[in-house]
Amino acid sequence: MEQAHGAGGTGPKQRAVEIGTALLTLLFGLIVIYGSYLVGVGWGSDGPQAGFFPFYVGLIIVGCSLINVVSGLREDENELFAEWGQLGQVLRVLIPATIYVLLVPFLGIYLPSVILIVVFMTWLGKYGLPLSLAVGFGVPAFFYITLERWFLIPLPKGPIEAMLGL
Amino acid sequence: MKHLHALGLGAVTALGMTALSMLPASAAWEPTKPVEFIVPAGTGGGADQMARTLQGIIAKHDLMSTQLVVINKSGGAGGEGFLDVKSNKGNPHKIVITLSNLFTTPLATGIPFNWKDLTPVAMLALDEFILWVNAEAPYKTAQEYEAAIKAAPDGTFKMGGTGSKQEDQIITVAIEKALGKKMTYIPYKGGGEVAVQLVGNHINSSVNNPIEAVSQWRGDKVRPLCVFDSKTLPYTDKIQGDLSWSSVPTCKSAGLDVEYLMLRGIFMPPGVSQEQVDYFVNLFKKVRETPEWQQLMKDGAFNQTFMAGDEFKAWVEQSEKTHKGLMQEAGFIAGN
Amino acid sequence: MLDNFINLYHGFYIAGDPFNILLMVIGILLGVIIGVLPGLGGANGVAILLPLTFSMSPTSAIILLTCIYWGALFGGAITSVLFNIPGEPWSVATTFDGHPMARSGRAGEALTAAFTSSFVGAFFAIVMITMIAPLVAQFALQFGPAEKFAVYFLAFASFVGMSKEPPSKTIVSMMIGFALAAVGLDMVTGQLRLTFGITELLNGFDFLIAVIGLFGIGEILLTMEEGLEFRGKAAKIDPKVVWKTWKTLPRYWSTSLRSCIIGCWMGITPAGATPASFMAYGIAKRVSKNGKNFGNGEIEGVVAPETAAHAAGTAAMLPMLALGVPGSPTAAVLLGGLLIWGLQPGPMLFVEQAEFVWGLIASMYLGNIVGLILVLTTVPLFASILRIPFSIIAPVILVICAIGAYTVNNNVFDVLMMMVFGVLGYLLKKTNYPLAPLVLAIVLGDSAEEAFRQALLYSGGSLGVFFSNGLVSSIMAIGLIAGLWPVISFLISKLRGSSAQPA
Repeated sequence: MEQAHGAGGTGPKQRAVEIGTALLTLLFGLIVIYGSYLVGVGWGSDGPQAGFFPFYVGLIIVGCSLINVVSGLREDENELFAEWGQLGQVLRVLIPATIYVLLVPFLGIYLPSVILIVVFMTWLGKYGLPLSLAVGFGVPAFFYITLERWFLIPLPKGPIEAMLGL
Repeated sequence: MKHLHALGLGAVTALGMTALSMLPASAAWEPTKPVEFIVPAGTGGGADQMARTLQGIIAKHDLMSTQLVVINKSGGAGGEGFLDVKSNKGNPHKIVITLSNLFTTPLATGIPFNWKDLTPVAMLALDEFILWVNAEAPYKTAQEYEAAIKAAPDGTFKMGGTGSKQEDQIITVAIEKALGKKMTYIPYKGGGEVAVQLVGNHINSSVNNPIEAVSQWRGDKVRPLCVFDSKTLPYTDKIQGDLSWSSVPTCKSAGLDVEYLMLRGIFMPPGVSQEQVDYFVNLFKKVRETPEWQQLMKDGAFNQTFMAGDEFKAWVEQSEKTHKGLMQEAGFIAGN
Repeated sequence: MLDNFINLYHGFYIAGDPFNILLMVIGILLGVIIGVLPGLGGANGVAILLPLTFSMSPTSAIILLTCIYWGALFGGAITSVLFNIPGEPWSVATTFDGHPMARSGRAGEALTAAFTSSFVGAFFAIVMITMIAPLVAQFALQFGPAEKFAVYFLAFASFVGMSKEPPSKTIVSMMIGFALAAVGLDMVTGQLRLTFGITELLNGFDFLIAVIGLFGIGEILLTMEEGLEFRGKAAKIDPKVVWKTWKTLPRYWSTSLRSCIIGCWMGITPAGATPASFMAYGIAKRVSKNGKNFGNGEIEGVVAPETAAHAAGTAAMLPMLALGVPGSPTAAVLLGGLLIWGLQPGPMLFVEQAEFVWGLIASMYLGNIVGLILVLTTVPLFASILRIPFSIIAPVILVICAIGAYTVNNNVFDVLMMMVFGVLGYLLKKTNYPLAPLVLAIVLGDSAEEAFRQALLYSGGSLGVFFSNGLVSSIMAIGLIAGLWPVISFLISKLRGSSAQPA
């Protein structure tokens, strides 16, 4: 088995993640089976019912997920999924991005975008505030003008925009 | 610049109030920002076409001080669009165009909304339905086709239509009831597709709206048998040979006692003021007078009934009852 | 046929009007912007601008709108290559090799190949429209539900074959795609399914949301894991890249031709550009000498899907004009436009509105040439975007992805879903689940199931309908062969191997 990642570091094991992913797909498959069961999984007089195809799709997902769990168990115990340091890097994008998308339903898309870009550039990119602010305001402004003004596509807006009367 | 002007007057202090303050106190309500025009159907369909035509007419003739922005929310047979309007209580910058799914979607899918959750504005027009067969089919009249259906075993004849448990299938069930024979109903995504399936002989008949099948008729690929209205259509421009919309007999006169018209109406979110509703009623009255609108009505052989206010409300109420009855009989009501 | 050429000559006269040429340039530029923004898409772009054209003559209006369409087709490739975010569904297959090329510093080459192939595909389709329009229209009429299902089946079978990932993972990935495609309203019964009463799920899972998340966000996360660096940073800006790439392209003439034919066919049937691009990619991967290297930045893997997508996108105009049935969502919107301008698409359009039709066809020729020139000049510009540091471009890409996800259905829930798909994409990629089958299943799953069940309604539940006539039987047969091809080729190579060894 090849060591995909540096042998020196520590981190979650590939095996654990493989098994976790397979269990996740297994759960998904079960949900699909349940949902299909609710709308009927039989073969009616004129062809399959609404749940017929999803039901078998769900069954196949469950079956193959079980195979994946087993093959995951047989994987090399020492192979790393990623080093903690690398995962930390991923989280440094993932966490701001997640907060960003969670803010969008409440604050609209513009304000969170400004915050995201400025935070990202100053915190991760170590850029100065003037440049960060310029990009941070410039990009949403560009989209406001092209999308809302030219193409007449309204993007989600929050209380701040309402206050400004946009 | 508006802001400066208003501030100069010293009339307001809050920026958000500026636009409102522009209007003299006595003037009627007017939109202060772009109005969202929700289409509870996909791009390219009949409702979408009408909405975009309206948008074009309003922009071209400068009928509104702000812009009208068309947004498609077609999820769940349009339920998504209606829920969006329902949840925007008191927002006067949102209108929605309806088709029959205003009634059929909540009944067939159980998605929680009802026309009473919205504020009725006006009926723009009613869409007609016509029974079509392939031009090569031996049936020259509705009577001949009815006789053929009656003579064959159940399910021999295939009717194509748009969507499931919606207007086209409701009409099909009504036909089945009138003739005492079952047909096989095959749902398709759009009316244009149904018309082409009819031309390709993959189905025996359709109940397409006039505008969906008119081009195939002009090319002599399909034949209209009868119209599901109480009287024949008033449009006399020749379309195919010497035939015009007015030469299509009513289904009732052809022994098929089925009538169905589809609402093309405008609704607003709940909780808007009468003043705001009146603004849009007037707007659409102006739209109706434009030549572009007249042309659309003629092309699509629409029934040009216009209604607003209590008259419209009463019509919608009646129509909902009709749909409920029809769908109950057909077994289309959702279990939950 | 001669009449066609005379008509076309008149058409060029109309389309060559300076005002119309100006409209083409504007249209292409707008289209490129629309294509670059994920989620906005050609159909939306055209729909949004449709009302603005009411005051123009129908010919000018349709020239503007179709040029937006061409522009969007061109533009969809840009973000696919640069950021692994397909701007349009049919650009997904372009990411498979286009983005690896960009990462290894060959973004200019990939873009040039993509644009040129797009042009070749479109041009082939226009020539076909010019020559055999009426014939082709008749062919399209043959396609009922059973035939359509056969086409989807074939597209699927020819794309999904042997891959290096374990089969159980490939199957899980594909089935997740099918399951996601099933969420929402079941068209055939009019029932809601797999929504569990959650109103946000009414719309189902849009393919674009999944793709923006799986590919776009997933890619950002992967890049972060490997350090704060965009691997394409080394991209050299070379103004001669266009010429250099052009010199290598004629080598792939057979791939191009094959993709053109696949594209035209899929555009007419009407399965559309997205299945066409996947199918062309899948077949090229199997047939090409370099097939094993597909997915690692093989230029042929860019040529095949782009050619097919454009051929299909262009060919889709034909059934729209001749039959009034749109071959693509954008064509559906254009169709609405035709009706608004008082033109009835259908069998009589070619006869009654010859000037309009041939003006349009001529504008397709000119529009694509104008488009190619315009987008090729932008290649060095776009390639240089990769030189912007990652910590600036990453948040901007996130914002673009969020806007793209929102504009697909005007739904903020989709923005959240995009993020979920992003994490999923990262996880699946790291655990060796192939993403392409998942994406293809979301695209085709819905339509294929629908066609399958329509066909069964027609036949009264008998599966024989899929072998009921010559056309459907032969497509199904080809599909079966394509699906079983890995097994067949394995057996052939084994036979050859065993016969070669003793000698």
